Amino acid sequence: MPNKNRRPSALATATGKEAPDSLLRELVAHFRDNRDPLRRQWLEMMTAKGLLEGLTPGEAETESATIYDTCIDCLDTGTYESAQIYATKMAERGVLRGMTTEQILGGMLTLRDVYGRSLFDRYLSSPARLAAALDAYEPVGNNILAVVALAFIEERERVVRQQQEAIRELSTPVLRVRPGLLILPIIGLIDSQRTRQLTDQLLRAIRAHRAKVVVMDITGVPAVDSKVANHMVQTVDAARLLGATVIVTGVSPEIAQTLVTIGVDLSKMNTVGDLQGGIEEADLLLGYRVIVGEEASAPQEQ
Amino acid sequence: MASEQHIAIASDADIVVARQATRALTVELGFSSSDQAGVATAVSEIARNIVEYAQSGEIVIRVALNGGHRGIVVVARDTGPGIDDVEIAMGDGYTTGRGLGLGLPGARRLMDEFDIVSKVGKGTTVTMKKWVR
Amino acid sequence: MQVPILKQRHYLIASIQGALTDADLLRLCDDLLEQVGKFRSQGVVIDVTVLDVMDSFATRTLRSISQMLKLRGAGTVIVGIQPDVAFAMIQLGLRLEGAVTALDLEEGIAFLDKGKKEGQRTWPVSST
Ligand SMILES: Nc1ncnc2c1ncn2[C@@H]1O[C@H](COP(=O)(O)OP(=O)(O)OP(=O)(O)O)[C@@H](O)[C@H]1O
Ligand SMILES: [Mg+2]
Repeated sequence: MPNKNRRPSALATATGKEAPDSLLRELVAHFRDNRDPLRRQWLEMMTAKGLLEGLTPGEAETESATIYDTCIDCLDTGTYESAQIYATKMAERGVLRGMTTEQILGGMLTLRDVYGRSLFDRYLSSPARLAAALDAYEPVGNNILAVVALAFIEERERVVRQQQEAIRELSTPVLRVRPGLLILPIIGLIDSQRTRQLTDQLLRAIRAHRAKVVVMDITGVPAVDSKVANHMVQTVDAARLLGATVIVTGVSPEIAQTLVTIGVDLSKMNTVGDLQGGIEEADLLLGYRVIVGEEASAPQEQ
Repeated sequence: MASEQHIAIASDADIVVARQATRALTVELGFSSSDQAGVATAVSEIARNIVEYAQSGEIVIRVALNGGHRGIVVVARDTGPGIDDVEIAMGDGYTTGRGLGLGLPGARRLMDEFDIVSKVGKGTTVTMKKWVR
Repeated sequence: MQVPILKQRHYLIASIQGALTDADLLRLCDDLLEQVGKFRSQGVVIDVTVLDVMDSFATRTLRSISQMLKLRGAGTVIVGIQPDVAFAMIQLGLRLEGAVTALDLEEGIAFLDKGKKEGQRTWPVSST
């Protein structure tokens, strides 16, 4: 995770320096001594708000214990590494199980309230001490919330990125139709990044399948710009360097116009109207004879 | 990992040495195999320009760090004749030799960052970077 | 490193064994021209499978080799360009126009056989 080291430092230093050490010790001791009743209270509040949905009682027990202790550790040490590490793990698990952001952040907010209220109860008789205790505690509470929120956002983004990649791969399968022939149906908008991937995939497939002809069907591509068009030409050229011929099919009138307007040399590209025609052309090149009306086409060996 | 490698360039055999040292460093840094080939090709081009136009010079390769990103920096220096108009020399197809005029613009396409400083009579320095994706 | 040239039937096969300097490439050019004449070879396959870089000089030289050999009556096929190498070449702007390429040695020889039989090149279509 790239942001592991990005700790909310302004607040961290504020606590470390200004809160007298003795007070911090006192707070830490207070939260540790009252661990059981406070944690109980926290769990009850979360249950009441429906924040524990989807968790077994056992899981709620262990997670809440770890979160409780990790928060006290942060207060104790003034560092957030353990919180970051735990938050990242929690985010991974949480996102995997479909826990909502409300659940996680709601839970953390509730814990902050529990801690805060216990301070009110304890220092009720001495407003000056209460103020000092809150000053020491609040920034740490905020930092922990920031760390958890960040971990969740990062995890979400990571999952989304992963899904996008998976969809990309899926949307450009390289199909082997018969020995020597690959079909590459391209669907959707293509950008430079995707064309790069596509070329890479295609070149490896050509080697792996010992393909001689590739039919690249772009019927499903709504539009291209000059950059993408040039990448397409590059893909065709690269395939040729490996010894394969590319036949492009399904060039829409719009794309044809773009290609001509931006000056792509189409004479160097093998184009055939539609996919069916492209496959027939490929078969000719491969030495398969296309027999109209019969199901199979036999290879013509010499 | 040696922090910096200097490779003296004076003949066509040195071009091969520069290329291989580059390849080894990109492997170590974890570049994809297609980027390994790309960086080695770019280095080959600028090393060849040194041999061809400046007779001798050197290539320095080292690890680049930028935040969490790692990459490779390649610096090619010579004290040869220099280039009159760098902008023109960077264009596809411009050559004063027997080449195709693809070396400089091609190297720029293969790398993420490319910078060239040249002074007539003083020499040429090309600095290129590529980041691990 | 010198490139060994093997004679197989009426063809010559040059299979590159490791990284080549410019001088090695030029020597390969001379050797092939000489041997094509000597053995009256009808075709040449240059196997570049092991090359992990093909820069502008290598590409230009291979292209001239195949053009010169054609003038001497021998069709030439360059085989074994790796996907990563091909991709870098294309980005550099090198298309190896005018040279015939094939996947590997076997395909290269099949191409030469076919050309010989039909008296013309029919494959791959995009090589002009
Ligand atoms: N190190 C250098 N010193 C002096 N001139 C240079 C140097 N590098 C490049 N040039 C000049 O810039 C021109 C363009 O260089 P570039 O590498 O793009 O093409 P080329 O070397 O002519 O051909 P190719 O690299 O395609 O074989 C060269 O012809 C040369 O005039
Ligand atoms: Mg050059």
